[in-house]
This record gives sequence, C-alpha cells and structure tokens, in this order.
Amino acid sequence: MVSLLPLRLEGAALVRRGRTLVGPIDLDLPAGDVTAVIGPNGSGKTSLLRMMHGLQPARGRIRWSVPEAEARQRQAFVFQRPIVLRRSVAANLAYPLRLRGVPREEARARADEQARRFDLTTLLTQPAPSLSGGELQRLALARALITEPELLFADEPCAALDGRATRAVETHLARAASRTTLVLATHDMGQARRIATRVIFLLHGRVHETGPADAFFSDPQTEAARAFLRGDIVE
Amino acid sequence: MILALLLMLLTTLPASAETLRMAVTTSFDASGLADILLPEIAAETGIDVQLLVVGTGQALRLGEAGDVDAVLVHSRAAEESFVAQGHATHRREIMYNDFVLIGPVSDPAEIADAPDAATALARIAAAGTPFVSRGDDSGTHKAELRLWNAAELSPEGGWYRPVGAGMGAALNTAVAMGAYVLSDRATWLNFGNRDDMTILFEGDPALFNQYAYLPVAPDRHPHVPHDRALRLEDWLTGPRGQALIDGYTIAGERLFTANATPREARP
Amino acid sequence: MDDLLAGFAAAFRLIVTLDAELIEITLLSLRVTLTAVAIACLIGLPLGAWLAVRRFRFRRTVIATLNALIGLPPVVVGLVVYLMLSRSGPFGVLDLLFTPTAMIVAQVVIVTPLVASIAHQAMRELWAEYHDLLISMGASRWQRMATLILDGRRALLTAALAGFGRAIGEVGAIMIVGGNIDGATRVLTTAIALETGRGDFALALGLGIVLIALALIVSGASHWAMRTERHGRW
Repeated sequence: MVSLLPLRLEGAALVRRGRTLVGPIDLDLPAGDVTAVIGPNGSGKTSLLRMMHGLQPARGRIRWSVPEAEARQRQAFVFQRPIVLRRSVAANLAYPLRLRGVPREEARARADEQARRFDLTTLLTQPAPSLSGGELQRLALARALITEPELLFADEPCAALDGRATRAVETHLARAASRTTLVLATHDMGQARRIATRVIFLLHGRVHETGPADAFFSDPQTEAARAFLRGDIVE
Repeated sequence: MILALLLMLLTTLPASAETLRMAVTTSFDASGLADILLPEIAAETGIDVQLLVVGTGQALRLGEAGDVDAVLVHSRAAEESFVAQGHATHRREIMYNDFVLIGPVSDPAEIADAPDAATALARIAAAGTPFVSRGDDSGTHKAELRLWNAAELSPEGGWYRPVGAGMGAALNTAVAMGAYVLSDRATWLNFGNRDDMTILFEGDPALFNQYAYLPVAPDRHPHVPHDRALRLEDWLTGPRGQALIDGYTIAGERLFTANATPREARP
Repeated sequence: MDDLLAGFAAAFRLIVTLDAELIEITLLSLRVTLTAVAIACLIGLPLGAWLAVRRFRFRRTVIATLNALIGLPPVVVGLVVYLMLSRSGPFGVLDLLFTPTAMIVAQVVIVTPLVASIAHQAMRELWAEYHDLLISMGASRWQRMATLILDGRRALLTAALAGFGRAIGEVGAIMIVGGNIDGATRVLTTAIALETGRGDFALALGLGIVLIALALIVSGASHWAMRTERHGRW
C-alpha cells in the first residue's frame, strides 16, 4: 500500500471575510514523526490541525500522496472536548469499523479487544455520555485508533483533564506513536518534551519556528520561541 | 410485534358486496329515521347503504361529481334543475315532514298566535329579537328564505345571525343565544340540548318539507350502480318502506308522512 | 358542570359495556391515524435528517415552506384531497373517496410537515454535536443520516407523537374525504362532531374522553417501549 504521507501544505490559509486568520503555511509532514504543534492561545494550533485533517476548508493546497477520499479513511482525529455518540462505550468503539463495513460480530470482537488495551472493559455497556472526562478521552482515543490509522491528529487531548487522567492518555498516545504518525497540539511543554520528535511553533497563525524537538527545546532559534519556553507572554 | 400490528392495521376490512352511497341532508339523518330504515334495507334488499350526511348543496355537488350513487334531499327547485341538467335520471318524491319555528318559552316576539308563518317571521323582525339562520344554502335555509320572501322582508341587521352550519349546530347556537330558529320537526324532536326552548309556531302549509330521491345518471357516471339505486327506490316507495316511514315516532309524535307517488313508466 | 359530569358518566358507560360501535370507531381511528403517522414518519424523519445534514441552495426555502405547511388548515387539505379523489378528479378511477385510505392520504398530508419540522429541529441540534466527529470519520451522507436518526430516536419519537396527536384529533379533513359513513369511515372525531350536532353533549363528551384516553395510552406505551429499549441496548 502506498503511504499516505508525506502530507504537503502549500500556502494553506484560513481566510474569513477577507482577513487571513491562519497562514499562509508551507510545510511537509513526513511519516513516522511525533510532531508537537505549540504556541500561545490563538496562535492557530487547532485551525492548523483541522485544516490538515480536512475539517476546515482552506485556501492554498493540501496534498496527500493518495486521493483525498482515501486519505480520509486512513487518518483519525481526537478532539479537545471529546465527542461521543449517544450510545454504549462498546457501540462507540465499534462505530468506525461499522462505517467501513466491518461485520457486526467482528466489529464487536475488535471493540472488546480495544477496550482491554485502553482499560475500558468494565465500562463497555455504559452509556458513553455518562463517562468522566478522563474516561471519555480514553474512549475517544481508543475509537480513533481502532481503525489503525496511519496518521493521528490530537488537539490538546489533555487540556481538560487532571494529572492522573493526563498521564493515562499520554501513555496511550506514546504507545500509539510507535505505529502511527502523530500530530499533537499541546500547551503542556512537559508533554511535548516527553513524546515529540519534532516541533512546529506557531505565532499569529504562521509557522514561526520548526525543527527537531531536541534542538528546539535546548536551543530555540528565535527570540519569540525563547520567550515562550521561558513562560513569558509572547506578543 | 409492532410490524404485525401495523400490517393488521394496514390491511383494509373487506367491503360488503353491495354497497350504495347516498348523500342525505343533515335533517334526515338527525331525525333518527335512518337508523330504522338502513337495517331493514340491508335485510330485505341486501344493499348496504352508506350515508353521507351533508347539506343539500353539498349533496347535489357529490351527485354531480359522481361521488355518490343517489341523493335524498328536500329542495324542489334545486332538485328539478339537477334533473334538468342531466345529473340524475329522475326525481321521485318519497315523504315529507314539516318545519317548525323554535324559540324561547317566553316568546318575546309573540309569534305563537300568529295566523301564518310569514306573519310570525314579520313579528320577529319587527321585535328585533335574535334569529339564527342556517345560512349554508341547505334545503332548510332555502325554505327559510322563501318564507322571508313571502313576508316581503329581507332579513338583515344585528338580530339576524346566519351561522353557516348544519341543523344541529344552528340549534345549539340558537339555544345558547335564546334566539328563534327554523328547524325541521324531526331534528328538533331528536335534539338533546333543548334547554328552555320549544316549538312556538307550526302547522302552516307553507312549512311543508318534501323529500325526494334522485338516482345519479349512469350515462354521466358509468361506474354508479344504477340498478341498485333503482332497487332502493322501489323499496323506499314500496309498501314496506312507506309503512316504516309513517310508523316512525318520537315521544308519540309522528315525524314523517310517506307520500310516494305511484310509479310512472320508467325508461 | 352537569354536562361535564354526564360526559364522564357516558364515557364510563361506553367503556365498561364495551360498546360495539365504540370499539369499531376507536379501532378505525387507531388504524387510520397509526397508518398515517407511520407513513408520515417514513417520509418526514429522513427528510428532517436530510435537511439537517445537507447544505443546498434552497434549503432555507424548503424549511420555511415546511413550517408554513404545518399551519395548513385541515379543511383545505381535505377539500384538495377530495377534489383529487373525486370521481370527477384526476384520481377518481381509483375509487378511494369515502374510504379509510382516503382519510389516511389526507392525514399524511397534514402530519408529514409537522413530523419533518420537529425531526429537523432535533436532528439539527444532534448534528451540531456530531458534525466534526462524523466528518472526521468520513461517514457518507447516508451513514450520517442513519446515525442521526438512530441516536436521535427519542426526539424523533416526540415528533411521531406530535404527529399522532395532530392526526388523532383531526376532524375537518377526514370528515370531507371520509364522509363520516356509519360502519365504514366513522371515527372518534367525526362521531363527536355528529353527536354535538345532534345536541347529545354527554355522548359527544364521552367520546372525547375516550379519545383523550386513547392518546394518553399511545403516548405512554411508546415512552415505555423506548425506556425498556434503552435499558436493553446500552
């Protein structure tokens, strides 16, 4: 199978009423990396992820190495506020498989297996909307990964979680990263340092600095990045 | 389970073999005579008569459109033009009842001792007491307008209330308002909500109310079961039908007088 | 007050004696209305879901039209259906006038806009919640509609019940196209109109109480069915 990646953005921009909110952005996303998208609030992290995933219509070009319809089937997205179907946990896990035409019994078996991996077995028959925040995000992640996507976007998945739940989700993300390319928007620099191999630093809707994670964190090249890492307010 | 229930609901009940749709006036149905006649008709002729109870105007429209097989109404001029236009093969008189003037027991317009119906109406108009009119182009409404015409009055003003409704609804309105109203006797005798209203004037030949039977013309509407309509006519005008009509009473009062004309040569 | 008491007494008498005519017209009321609501749901629920997930040029016009059609006077619907089904009308040869089928046709016309509009409202809220997820998962248009209908089934039940409520109590249209024929097309509402016209308020009121009881039973039964289903399926 031809790889989905690299994903190539050429002049990708989010324009609303004549104002350019994000971009234009040019970047290549190769296979295998864990890319942390960081930057202050409002710098365009969420918009960039949504543009790349195709949730946000954008100007410019966003090119996959396979046709777009096929590309959609081979990636997944985890939202900051988890969206779950008003169904049981088991039905939520099976849902992406059912969309792809996997027979009911097989989908069910794979949902059970996925629940075991993500420590959701005891919750399988619960209505998903009744879960706690941490459980919800674990379910969303487990569901996103059940189709074994080549590329996973995670938009600040731990922003609303407490320390323990954050740990759990991060562990699962890190484990997933061994099999899938991961793009993670985060404001948690500790998390970015722990799991990212590459960093995109956004400022005012544009890529301000990008490079290998080690180099970025030990020796940022721009003044704004240095200030951001120090925790100063970046204007 | 739900599916089975739906299927049961969707499957239509078998229609009886010999049905005949007849449009009749509200006054005929409200008299209760139909409840006596229909079972007898079914037993003796095998015809299941389905009654459409509407005003005379609508009854004739239904006949004109071929939506009913026969019409039984009471408005001579309209019936004759219906036949003349070819919508029915002929007109056959069946029976008559009469109209009565209903009003509050106190009789504020003092119509009870009026010499004739026209004078009674003239007194109501002069007194300006409320009068409820059907106002729906029905046979009763047309009879009422003929009476006003005979009294040389054109009823208008706040006291004259056309309600544009059937006999029962008009009676309900009149009772609620304590108004005078023209009704056929049968409907009034069968009416449940009389309150302190009563028959104040009756007996004038001008209040004579003739019912006639009109079979819808098969050359206009080939689908109508004309033979069946003629069989019903034979039964209604025959000894059994006429006797049942004469014998129908409410509280000891006879409602209808059978007066079918002897059968003429029918083509 | 006396009339009201007499009404309750009449209703009680009709029910405990299992009055044959009452049972017949009640069953016909149910048959006509349930069939009409089922057909209205088959049309209205997917239409509501479709309007929620689909953006097209005349979408707002369609929704506005739908909402306007809710206010359509049943008598007008009845008259139009009558003219269509009349022997002198375009569908006269079908010989459907003054049959339960004609009544079902009229009620479908009356109820479908209401069902579709309520379904659309409910589906729109659910779609706002699910939008990103379903787009992200690459659900096809049909899969989106199916998901909304399945997960919004409780709101859709409300739509169906609203349709049922409107249909079971409707008298103007079915009087015209059904004809209120005793033993053939007489239902609870037309019987009520008839008894009111005869001045028999107690019987009319009694039938009205039976009608309300029927509506309550149907509504209660569907909510109960939905609840047991919820316990079983989660």
